[in-house]
Amino acid sequence: MRAMAGKTLYDKIWDAHLVSEQEGESILYIDLHLIHEVTTPQAFAGLRANRRKVRRPDRTLAVADHNIPTEGQGLGVAAVADEEARLQLATLERNVADHGIEFFPMGDIRNGIVHVVGPEQGRTQPGMTIVCGDSHTSTHGAFGALAHGIGTSEVEHVLATQTLRQKKAKNLRVVIEGTPAPGVGAKDFALAVIGEIGTAGGTGYVIEYAGDAVRALSMEGRMTLCNLTIEGGARAGLVAPDETTFDYLRGRPAAPKGGAWDIALASWKTLFSDPDAVFDREVRIDASAIAPLVTWGTSPEDVVPVTGAAPSPEAFASPDKRASVARALEYMGLEAGQPIASAKVDVVFIGSCTNSRIEDLRVAADIVRGRTVAPGVRAMVVPGSGLVKAQAEEEGLDEVFRAAGFDWREPGCSMCLGMNPDRLAPGERCASTSNRNFEGRQGRGGRTHLMSPAMAAAAALAGHIADVRDYLR
Amino acid sequence: MKPFTRLDARAAPLPLANIDTDQIIPKQFLKTVEREGLSRGLFYDLRFDDAGKPRPDFVLNRPEYAGAGVLVTGDNFGCGSSREHAPWALMDFGVTCVIASSFADIFYNNCFQNGLLPVVLKPDEVQDLLGECQGGNHMVSVDLAAQTVTSPSGKVFTFQIDPSRKAKMLNGLDAIGETLTAAPDIDAWEARRALTHPWLERA
Repeated sequence: MRAMAGKTLYDKIWDAHLVSEQEGESILYIDLHLIHEVTTPQAFAGLRANRRKVRRPDRTLAVADHNIPTEGQGLGVAAVADEEARLQLATLERNVADHGIEFFPMGDIRNGIVHVVGPEQGRTQPGMTIVCGDSHTSTHGAFGALAHGIGTSEVEHVLATQTLRQKKAKNLRVVIEGTPAPGVGAKDFALAVIGEIGTAGGTGYVIEYAGDAVRALSMEGRMTLCNLTIEGGARAGLVAPDETTFDYLRGRPAAPKGGAWDIALASWKTLFSDPDAVFDREVRIDASAIAPLVTWGTSPEDVVPVTGAAPSPEAFASPDKRASVARALEYMGLEAGQPIASAKVDVVFIGSCTNSRIEDLRVAADIVRGRTVAPGVRAMVVPGSGLVKAQAEEEGLDEVFRAAGFDWREPGCSMCLGMNPDRLAPGERCASTSNRNFEGRQGRGGRTHLMSPAMAAAAALAGHIADVRDYLR
Repeated sequence: MKPFTRLDARAAPLPLANIDTDQIIPKQFLKTVEREGLSRGLFYDLRFDDAGKPRPDFVLNRPEYAGAGVLVTGDNFGCGSSREHAPWALMDFGVTCVIASSFADIFYNNCFQNGLLPVVLKPDEVQDLLGECQGGNHMVSVDLAAQTVTSPSGKVFTFQIDPSRKAKMLNGLDAIGETLTAAPDIDAWEARRALTHPWLERA
C-alpha cells in the first residue's frame, strides 16, 4: 500500500498545501495567483456583488497580455483601437487599483505574457502552488511548482479565500532519456510526448518530467515542455528543481535574498520524488530518436516528423478517427499522403507563452542570421515580455530578424490566439511556435502548424515547412 | 448557482471528438466583462458561415433540435483553453447538461461551478444515445439524484459522479461561501507557513 511508499514531488507539494478537508474535497492553499484581463472581470464583479475582499493582494500579480496590440503600447490603454479590448483592459486597471494588487500595465517593460513574467520576476518559485485563469499555467511547473489553469469562478474563489477546492490527481511520470540530435529541442520533446499519449492521454494526471534529457534542458526549455502539458490533457507538469533552477532564480527581483535565499534553497532541495515513490503510470521517450516535429492537423496530437507526410484516413481503424482525420485534412487544405515539407506557408509566428523567451529568440535568430525571408511570407517575432524584448535588442537579435524581413513586435499573446489584431485570414497557413492548432485558433479558417522556433525560422526562409537540419551551421 | 436536479429536454447530437473550447466559443467573444449574453458566440464557426448566416445543417440550427437542453458528444469534450466562457455560453443558450464519453479536466471542473451537469457515459452508450437522438424522437431525461439518463426509447444508463460535486449541484451551493466557513483553518495554515517559509512573506 501507499502508506509505506515514498512520495512523488506532486504528493509532497500537495501535502504541504493541504489546509483542510471539507465534504470530501481538499482545500488547497495557493501561494501565487497570476491574473490577466480576459478571465478576471467577472470574478471581480462577483467579489463586489458579495462584498468580498481579496484575501492576499500580496500573493496576486496582474498583467495585461491576451488582447493587447503588439504595437503602440506606449500610447496606453486609451489608444487601444478595439473598444471591447479597451474596456476589458480598463476594467483590469480599475480592479487591481481597487484591491491593491501589483500590476505591470501595458507598456511597462516588466509587462508581457503572464507565463513569461512570473518566472522572469522570480515570483514563480519551487514548491509553490500557482494558479491563473489560463490553461498554460502548467508552464510554471518547470520550477517544481504545482501550477495549473482554472476557470473564472475559481479565480474568484482564490481571490476571496487564497485557496482552491480540489480533488487529488494521479501521478504520471514521463521519462525522456538520451541525447537529442542537433536541431531537436524541448518543443520537439513536448510534441513527441503528446503524439505518444494523445491529447487526452494525461487527463486526470499530474505529469512529472524526468530523465537525463530533461535535466539537460535550460529553464526556458523546461518551461516549453511544461507549458504544453495541458495539450496532452494533464493540467500540471513538473520538473524537480536543481542547480539549473536555482541559477535561474538567483538575483531575480522577487527571489529571496541573503539569508532568506539560504533558507529557501535548503527547502527547495527537498523537492524531488522519493526513489521508492509509486507512479500510477510511466511513459518513456528516447530523445535520440526524435526528429524535428510538426503538426499536420487540428489537434496537438496530430504530430509528424518534418520528413513525414500527412496521414491517410484509411490508415486508422476506427470510423470516428477516420472521419476526424478526413475533416482535419480538409480544414488544413492537405492531401492524404502529402509530404508535410511541401506545405507552403503564408505566415510565420515566433512567440507565445510556449516559445517567446530569450533562448527561443536566440535559436531562431541563429537560423535566420544573414538570410532572407521567402517572398510572400509574412513573418513576425513577438517577444514574451518587455524585458525579453530589451535583452534581445541588447544582443542585436532584433536587427538580425529585421534584416531578414521579420516584423519585430511588442510583447503579448498576439497571434497565438488572435484576440488582438494579429491573426490569420481564412485559408492562410502559419508556421507557429505557439501551442494550439485548433480550427480557427489563430483566426477563422486559419491553418496552424505547430513547431519549434528553429523550425519556424527555417519555414520563414524556405517559404514552406522545412527541415531545420538543412539550415544548421 | 442554480441547482440541477432533473432535466427532461431535447438532446442535440454532435458526434465529434476533441471539441475544444475555442470551438465552443471563439476568441472574439472573450472580450466581454459580463457572464451573460454569450450564447451568440456558442459554436460560432460551426453555427454560422463566413457571411454570418446560420448553417442550416448544423445540429443546433435544425428546427427539430430547437430549444435543446442536452448536448450529446464525443471524447474529450472541452479540451484546450480554460475559458469559463464555454460553460457560460452553453448555459446561456439553454444547454444545462452535456453527455460525452470523456471530458477535459478544466472544462469538467468549470461546469460544476455553474450548474451545468457534465455526464460521462461509456463510449458504446454514447454511440447508442447519439444514434437515437438522430432519429425522430430526441427527448431524454437526466436525473442527477438517481444518476441516470433515460434515452428517447426508454433505455436507462447510469453514470458515476463524485458525491461532493453531486451534492453541490443538487443544492446549488456557493463554493466560496462554503470555503469561507473554513477561514480559521486558512488563518492557522498561513500563520504556520509564515514560520516555515518566511521568504514568501513579502514586506
